[in-house]
Amino acid sequence: MIEVERLSKSYGTTKAVQDISFTIAQGEVVGFLGPNGAGKSTTMRMLTCYLCPDSGTARIAGFDITQQPREVKKRIGYLPENNPLYMDMGVVEYLRFIAAIRNLPSDSVKPNIQRVIEVCGLEAVVAKDIGELSKGYRQRLGLAQALLHDPDVLILDEPTIGLDPHQIIEIRNLIKNIGRHKTVILSSHILPEVSATCDRVLIINRGVIVGSGTPAELAALSRGKQTILVTVKGPHAEVAAGLRTLTSVVDVVPLETEDGYGRFELICSADAPSDMAEQVFFLVSRSGWSLSELYRKTVNLEDVFLDLTTREET
Amino acid sequence: MNQILTVFRKEFRSFFSSPVAYIFIISFLVVTNWLFFRTFFIMGQASLRNFFGLLPWIFLFLAPVITMRAWAEEKKLGTIEVLMTLPLSTAEIVLGKFLACVTFLIVALCLTGTLPLTVMILGDPDPGPLWGGYVGACLLGAAYVAIGLFASGITENQIVSFIVAIVICFAFLIVGENIVLYSVPPALGSVCAYLGLGTHFESIGRGVIDSRDILYYVSMIVFFLALNYLTIESRRWK
Repeated sequence: MIEVERLSKSYGTTKAVQDISFTIAQGEVVGFLGPNGAGKSTTMRMLTCYLCPDSGTARIAGFDITQQPREVKKRIGYLPENNPLYMDMGVVEYLRFIAAIRNLPSDSVKPNIQRVIEVCGLEAVVAKDIGELSKGYRQRLGLAQALLHDPDVLILDEPTIGLDPHQIIEIRNLIKNIGRHKTVILSSHILPEVSATCDRVLIINRGVIVGSGTPAELAALSRGKQTILVTVKGPHAEVAAGLRTLTSVVDVVPLETEDGYGRFELICSADAPSDMAEQVFFLVSRSGWSLSELYRKTVNLEDVFLDLTTREET
Repeated sequence: MNQILTVFRKEFRSFFSSPVAYIFIISFLVVTNWLFFRTFFIMGQASLRNFFGLLPWIFLFLAPVITMRAWAEEKKLGTIEVLMTLPLSTAEIVLGKFLACVTFLIVALCLTGTLPLTVMILGDPDPGPLWGGYVGACLLGAAYVAIGLFASGITENQIVSFIVAIVICFAFLIVGENIVLYSVPPALGSVCAYLGLGTHFESIGRGVIDSRDILYYVSMIVFFLALNYLTIESRRWK
């Protein structure tokens, strides 16, 4: 559906995007993840024909972004960063304007507007001017605008920025629903967002893709460490020594003690078996200590992200 | 064409969504009527020469008011990104905006229709200069609008756009004035006279609609709209 080949773009001497290549299949939900200024928005702006690439090409649904921009734009629904809207227009007036420019046949304008109002939950504000809307409703209107012509490809630049947690969940569910039938690209610098909504993640830093895969794959990328937190009541030195004897435990870090309970962090090697926590439990019960906490810290996207985006800088 | 009309409708409607349009029309009518009637009864001539003589100067300040927000606000709000990622070409947006501004100016101009009516009731004016004056005013206004749109396209600040538009329009207006023509070398004189926005307005205003004058205005409009197109397009390559 989307094929990007060695796309590059510089602003003056700053290279915003360098030689980015990727492909996205139909029906995939892909997240661009990266710190601010990594080149996510620039990439999206090139895909939506707002900016021209310095070099490289991209095709959306088979149409080249530089050769046939109009065909590309017809097939894309785009929510730009910060969701710019005409503040002096009415909600329905704005949707009608978009419908007219999108050349929707006159008999399908009304049902389509009705549909996006329903899907995006805008019923309560149809009679209002955009300037009067709260941020959450503006964001929904931006989404409604992008969905109006039922596009094959949706490109959403930071769709949940500035929303409260409740609204974020709503918008995420909306994107998930849409993503069942459509190809979606969304960008974010917030990790849980991407892992919650996307089938695949592209991590972008300083204009290059530094990692790509499903959220689970990316998590596995991160050095493969497993960490277990355990709090045990028992003689300190003995417990620490006992834990060290377990196979594939690399290090035991005593954390703090309280009322005879000692807290330890067990760092396991990459090839540690998945039942490490059980082994800790059996060890504790065999030795007659008592256990008050046993917790396996899973590596999340956060760690991968920090790892991948700081690696080059150090 | 359809797309141009859609942009036109959106732009034209946006004039009336803020009080700017009403303030503009009222002040335009008050100023033109006052300046006209101030001397009309003293001179006792059934003609609008006086009114058309002032029009290039009144338009000089009012046309940039119409155009100043056209691009500057789109850029400031960021809505230009929405507009340019819709299936529209830059040329269609430029033309839609141009038509909307010109139409608005013509609407304001039509509302001065009370002046020729008064003159016709009180006397028997020569219809040639009257019609010529209005045709010339439309062309002159359209040229100002094209310049104003270009000025709006180079900045995201409405005030800057307003002032730049006035400066360019003013330069093109005075370049054909006698003071300038006397002070430049004779070889340049005819060029300057040709470039002056006012010179052609006067010659149309005499009631003689010459294709050269029309051609002049059309080429001014095309030139500045093309510059406008290029400045907007060049943003994509930055």
